[in-house]
Amino acid sequence: MLRPILNRLGGMLIVMALVVTIVFVIVRVTPGDPAAVMLGPDATAADIQSLRDRLGLNASIPEQFLSYVGGLLQGDLGQSIFLNIPVSEALLNRAEPTFFLTIFSLAIATAIALPVGIMSAYLRGTVFDQAMTTISMVAASVPSFWLALILMQFFAVKLGWFDTSGYGGPGASFAERMHHLVLPAFSLGLVSSALITRFTRASMLDVLNDDYVRTARSKGMSERRVVLRHALKNALIPILTVVGLTAALLISGAIVTETVFGLPGVGSLIVSAVLRRDYPVIQGALLIVAGLYVLINFIIDMLYLAVDPRVRY
Amino acid sequence: MKIATSLLAVSVVLLSLNGAALAQTKGGVIDVATIGEPPTLDPMASTADLVGMVTQHIYETLYTFDKDWNTTPLLAAAMPTISEDGLTYTIPLRTGITFHDGAAMTSADVVASLDRWMRIATRGKQTAAIIESVEATDDHTVTITLNQAYAPLIALLSLNNSAAIIIPAANAEQDPLTSFVGTGPYMLKEQRADQFIQLVRFEDYHSIEGEPNGYGGARKQYLDEIRFVPVPDPNTRVEGSVSGQFAYADSLPVEAYDRLSGGATEPLVLKPFGWPAFIFNTKEGLGSNLAFRRAVQAALAPQDMMLAAFGSEEFFTIDGAYYPDNFAWHTEAGTDSYLPAGDTEKAKALAAEAGYDGVTPIRILTSRQYEFHYKMAQVAQAYLEMAGFKVQLDVVEWATLTQTRTDPSKWDIYISHSPFLSEPALMGVLNDTSPGWWVSDAKAKALAAFNAEVDPARRVELFADVQSIIYDEVPLIKVGNFNALAAQAPNLEGVTPASWPYFWNAYLTE
Repeated sequence: MLRPILNRLGGMLIVMALVVTIVFVIVRVTPGDPAAVMLGPDATAADIQSLRDRLGLNASIPEQFLSYVGGLLQGDLGQSIFLNIPVSEALLNRAEPTFFLTIFSLAIATAIALPVGIMSAYLRGTVFDQAMTTISMVAASVPSFWLALILMQFFAVKLGWFDTSGYGGPGASFAERMHHLVLPAFSLGLVSSALITRFTRASMLDVLNDDYVRTARSKGMSERRVVLRHALKNALIPILTVVGLTAALLISGAIVTETVFGLPGVGSLIVSAVLRRDYPVIQGALLIVAGLYVLINFIIDMLYLAVDPRVRY
Repeated sequence: MKIATSLLAVSVVLLSLNGAALAQTKGGVIDVATIGEPPTLDPMASTADLVGMVTQHIYETLYTFDKDWNTTPLLAAAMPTISEDGLTYTIPLRTGITFHDGAAMTSADVVASLDRWMRIATRGKQTAAIIESVEATDDHTVTITLNQAYAPLIALLSLNNSAAIIIPAANAEQDPLTSFVGTGPYMLKEQRADQFIQLVRFEDYHSIEGEPNGYGGARKQYLDEIRFVPVPDPNTRVEGSVSGQFAYADSLPVEAYDRLSGGATEPLVLKPFGWPAFIFNTKEGLGSNLAFRRAVQAALAPQDMMLAAFGSEEFFTIDGAYYPDNFAWHTEAGTDSYLPAGDTEKAKALAAEAGYDGVTPIRILTSRQYEFHYKMAQVAQAYLEMAGFKVQLDVVEWATLTQTRTDPSKWDIYISHSPFLSEPALMGVLNDTSPGWWVSDAKAKALAAFNAEVDPARRVELFADVQSIIYDEVPLIKVGNFNALAAQAPNLEGVTPASWPYFWNAYLTE
C-alpha cells in the first residue's frame, strides 16, 4: 500500500522539476522586458539597461536559473519585480478570492449537474433528457466571459444587486467580499456544470443497465434506493475525476472570469504578471498551480481507493 | 408655448446654478476606474501616464500647467527670475508648506529632490547634462544654473510623469522609493495591488489662494477620499460606470459612447486628446532613405485610417499640424505634404526615386494593446500595397513591441500615439536616441534655436521651423487628432476634461 504511494510521490517530484525548467525557459525566451514596462514609454535604452542590471536580468540564463533553483530549494519563490514583495506573499494575498470562487463555483456546478445528470440518465430519451442535453451542450459552448458580461449586465447594471467588479473597497468585511463572488461563481459554475452533467449522465447510463441494478430492483427495492445507493455509488468514479479536474482548473485561477470581474485572484495575478513580464511571479504562480494540479490528481487517485475497493495501485 | 419653454429653461439654468453654488461642500468618496495597476507610485521612476495621473494627487512639483498649458507656480512662490543670459534661474519657494509626514518643506528638500530627479528620472537625466548646479540660496530660494540656455526647463519641472516631484530630503536617497510622502492635496492611505489605491484628504494642505486654473491655482480638496480602482477590462469599466459603481472611468472604447448616455453616468469626450503616429526607423533599412519615407507619407490616406480606427467623425479630426488650434503652438507650416486622401501616383513616383525594389517588405510593428493602432495598420497596408509596396504586419503584444522597437534591425515603421505635450521639446521624435533615431543637421539647428530662445512669442515662431523640418524629413507621419472617451457620474462635478484627469477640485452633488 505504501510503496505505490511513494512511487507516485516520486513521479510528482519529476513532474514539478520539469515544470520549473520549462516555465523558466519559456518566460525567458518570450520577448518583452519588465524594465521597459516599468519605466514607461519614454524611457531611454540606457535607463532600461541600468534597471535590468539592478534586477539581475543581465546575468546569463544558466546563472539566473541556478540562482532561481537555489532559492526554490530553500523555499524562496523570489521577489516580485513590480509589487516589490516576495512572490509567496503576493500569491497568499491573492489566494482568498480564488479559493472561495473555486468552492462556490464547484458547489453551484455539482448542485446543478448531479441531479440533472442522474435524472437525464434515468429518464433517458424523454423530453426532459433531450431538453437537458440541449441545454448542457449550449452551456458547454458558451464562453465564460460572455456569460459573465450577460450576468453583469442584468444583475449588476440593470438590477443593481451587485457591484460590476472588484472585491470590495478598503475595509470591506468578509461578507462584502463574498458578495462580490456571487456573479463570478455563477458564471463559472453554470459553464462547468455542463461538462459534469454530461459525465454524470453517461456514467449513470453505464451502470443502470448492469445486472446488479436489475437484481436490486427485482428484490423489490425502491427506485430511489436503487438509483442513489446502488447505481450512483458505482458511477461515481468518472464523476469524481471530472469534478476533480474542474476543481484544479478553477483553483489555477479562472483567468478570464477574474479579469472580467476585476477580482484580485491568482488568475488575474498571472495575467498581469505576464503582461508586465514579472518573471518571478509568473514562475512562482505557475509552479504553485502545477503543484496544486498534481496534488489534486493525487487526491483523486486516493479517493478511487476509498470509493471502489477493486482499485489497486 | 415658446415663452413658457424659455421661462422653464431659464429657471432650470437658475436652479442648477443655485444648486452648484450650494453643492460645493466637503465630503464624499469616489471610485475612479483606471486601466490597470500603476507599475510604481514614484512618478520620477516612470513616464507612464497612469503613474502621473494617480500620483499627481500625492506629490507636487515646483511648477505646473494652467488651463492654457502655460507654466504656473505650484510649490514655487512665483515664476523664476531668469538672468539676462538665460543661464541662472532663481526660484522662490512658498512658505508654510508641509509634507504628509508633518515636516516643513525647505529649499534643502527641493535641492535633494531635484538631485534625485537628475539621477533617476528619464527626463531628469536628459536635463542633467545642461544643469551646472542646483543650490539652496536660503531656506526658501533655490538657484538652478545651466551651462547653456534651455527654455523648456520650467515645462520639464512641471510635468507629472518622469516628474520633478518634491519629497522630503530624508527620502531622496530611496531608489526604489518606499515612503510615498509628498505635499499634495491627498495622501496615500492604503494601496492593495490590483484592488485599490486609497487616497485621503491631507488636512494640513496649504492651497494657493484664488480659483483653480487647470492643474494650477487653488486646489479645493472637497472629497474626503479618492480611490483609484484598477479595472483592466474596458467593458467592465463601461458596465461599472453604467451601473453607477464608478464616479469616473478612464480610457473607454469609443464604441461605448451611446451606452454611457442618460443613466448613472455620462460620456465625457476629451477633444482632442492626442495623435497617432507612424514612426520610421531612420537608422537602418528602408526608412533610412528619405525618398522612401516621403513615398510612404504620400501613399497613406489619413482620412480612411482615422475612420477605420475611430469609427465616427465624432472622435477624430484630420489635421496635419502637430498642435491643434487651441494651443499657442499651432502652425500650418510644412503641412502641405499632409494629404488626407493620399496620392498613390505621387507615392509610386517617389518609390521609384527611392529605388524601392518592389520586393522588400515594409515591416510595420504594431500591437493590439490599442486596437486603433492595429486598425490603422490594416488600412495603411492596403494603401501601401496599392502604391506598389510589399507590407509585412508584425503584430505583437505591447511589452514585446516596446522591446523590439529598441532594435533597429527588426522593424521599419512602428505605430504609437502621444498626447499633446505642453512643451514641444518633449516630443519623442525630437530626441536623437528615441527609437526611430532621427538625427539631422537641420533638426539640430532648428531645435537648438528653439530651446535657447526664452521669449514665448518668439518660441512659437521657431516651433514653426521645427514642424517644417519634421514634414521635410519625415521621421514620422502624424495621422490625425483623436478624442478620448471617459465616463463621469452626473453627480460628480468640478472635473475638467484633461489628459491626466485630476480630482482635487471635484465634488459630489445630490
